[in-house]
Amino acid sequence: MTNIVVLVKQVPDTYSERKLSDSDHTLDRESADAVIDEINERSVEEALKIKEAGEGEVTVLSVGPDRATDAIRKALSMGADKAIHVSDESLHGSDMVATAKVIAAALGKVDSYDLVIAGNEASDGRGGAIPAMLAELLGVPQLTHARQVTVEGTSIKVDRETEDGITHVEASLPAVVSVTEKINEPRYPSFKGIMAAKKKPVETLTVADLGVDAGEVGLGSAWSTVLEASPKPPRTAGQRVEDEGDGGSKVAEYLVGQKLI
Amino acid sequence: MPAERLLPTTEAEDLLALTRELARDELAPLAAEYEQAERFPREQFRLLGASGLLGLPYAERWGGGELSYEVYLQVLEEIASAWMSVGVGLSVHTMSCFALAHYGTEQQRERWLPAMLGGDLLGAYALSETHAGSDAAALSTRARLDGDAYVVTGTKAWITHGGQADFYTTMVRTSDQPGGQGISCLLVDGSTPGLSAALPERKMGLTGSTTSQLLFDGARVETGRLLGDEGDGLKIALASLSSGRLGIAACSVGLAQAALDEAVAYAKGRTQFGRPIIEFQGLEFLLADMAAAVESSRATYLEAARRRDRGLPFQRQASIAKLIATDAAMKVTTDAVQVLGGAGYTRDFPVERYMREAKVPQIFEGTNQIQRMVIARELRNA
Ligand SMILES: Cc1cc2nc3c(=O)[nH]c(=O)nc-3n(C[C@H](O)[C@H](O)[C@H](O)COP(=O)(O)OP(=O)(O)OC[C@H]3O[C@@H](n4cnc5c(N)ncnc54)[C@H](O)[C@@H]3O)c2cc1C
Repeated sequence: MTNIVVLVKQVPDTYSERKLSDSDHTLDRESADAVIDEINERSVEEALKIKEAGEGEVTVLSVGPDRATDAIRKALSMGADKAIHVSDESLHGSDMVATAKVIAAALGKVDSYDLVIAGNEASDGRGGAIPAMLAELLGVPQLTHARQVTVEGTSIKVDRETEDGITHVEASLPAVVSVTEKINEPRYPSFKGIMAAKKKPVETLTVADLGVDAGEVGLGSAWSTVLEASPKPPRTAGQRVEDEGDGGSKVAEYLVGQKLI
Repeated sequence: MPAERLLPTTEAEDLLALTRELARDELAPLAAEYEQAERFPREQFRLLGASGLLGLPYAERWGGGELSYEVYLQVLEEIASAWMSVGVGLSVHTMSCFALAHYGTEQQRERWLPAMLGGDLLGAYALSETHAGSDAAALSTRARLDGDAYVVTGTKAWITHGGQADFYTTMVRTSDQPGGQGISCLLVDGSTPGLSAALPERKMGLTGSTTSQLLFDGARVETGRLLGDEGDGLKIALASLSSGRLGIAACSVGLAQAALDEAVAYAKGRTQFGRPIIEFQGLEFLLADMAAAVESSRATYLEAARRRDRGLPFQRQASIAKLIATDAAMKVTTDAVQVLGGAGYTRDFPVERYMREAKVPQIFEGTNQIQRMVIARELRNA
């Protein structure tokens, strides 16, 4: 019996235009469609695979505003069993440290867990540190950047892939795992899954319910502040090299000009 | 701009979100290539089946989704918007389950319906014959009783999924009585000996969808596969078509929406006389008319669907929806080619294909002349 908690974040759809709000440089959630982060569909998929291979229960945990229920429902319609949604006005603008604390506290509300599965990095903030911070707070092993996960009894084996190569790591449960895009292809929910999701329990908690002081979270207590933000400059057209038999040397000339070779 | 929908429940919203995801990631990227190669997208139907989309408007106890037509048709519209052949195929499959679901006995439904709705199987609907198109009651494929089976001989024409389908809801003549009276409905297994499909028709559009003649040469179909009573066949066929037409209306709206989206995107990006062409009133009004045609067609099929969902008569409304939506799709897709100019006439852009695909909904499931006859008959009889 493996009890798995999957961390799920709702993010602005990468298909829509994403921007920060002018007033406080936090994410402008109204301007874009909100969807479950794709990496979290893979996290859910991995949890469901582990559950289906043996026995277990999959709980979705999401910290986010009210409309994060859409992301939670998507995870439930894929096949997760239940969900915890931490939603509180005071969380607006929380940094990663505060978010990790809230998640750690919320995990205290789960009966027991053997494995926490997260994405290695969310597609909006791209901090990529929550899984490690969380493991630290919980005092359990962290196995990040996993492209393959195997659970055997009370231990877990992971192929950890970074730019430097692949490392094989092993730890005992409970543990925190973060997965990369290579981990799997997530399933689509089915209409039956959508109908079933409606009946699955979702517990909604505030920061106070978790015993966290609202003063410790939110924009005001963040350790870093965004002073200024500007959109990425549009890509410039680049320089066109006409190939009249001497394309190769022209490209080389250009690269020399740029001091690249 | 994707279609803006008012959906009745969050489940319906989630279903539409799933449909759009499937359409965007699994269907749209393949459409042009498959259509060009005249390749039938069998695997894509399996994917829709696995997602529960091949039995949406049928009862849950038979494995269906127990979904209203109001929502089912919008799912269909989104699929057709990504790939018309798949939308039409889904509509035809759904229609081919109608006879068993509504006219089969409890025993028959228990035996076949769960598999037909389950997602692995694909259905077809065989009414037309070469000499019996609009005049379907003139069909002559003959089924003669021989012990515990009908022996079927004759040729069905224009069958969508001919040779691809796992089952064929087939209208045959079981007696020599003329006209509609001698017609019966058989649920024919695709692997029945004596049943084969001719070479696919070479069509103007919808080339990914196989259309072929179906040859019955002494095919034995057990009597247990008779749906309804002998002589009920034409009634069953027409009732199936009333609902099927709504599907064709929805598919046509999806197709028109796709053409509109393509035209607007192009008009924003294309510059002539120093301005994006969308800023010229002559073009802007054309696009506005296209949008009006798409949205009024959608409203028309939804109105008919809501009547059906409430158990009210909806035949006239279904015929109006089919007539309006298919004519609108023909006009909108033609105008989309106009908006793209020369580019629109090439296969580098999808609108010429949309235009070719828009023609056939004006013809099948009752030509638009026949729809007018249905509408007028109701006016006369009211
Ligand atoms: C791609 C494709 C897929 C099809 N799929 C199927 C399928 O899956 N199953 C199936 O059973 N059939 C299918 N059909 C057949 C389709 O339903 C018929 O083509 C249609 O009903 C018209 O019949 P017809 O082609 O014989 O034309 P006809 O009936 O010969 O009509 C020719 C013209 O005469 C007009 N006309 C005929 N009668 C009248 C009248 N009384 N008053 C005014 N005008 C009239 C028609 O509107 C049309 O313009 C398909 C057809 C196509 C092209």
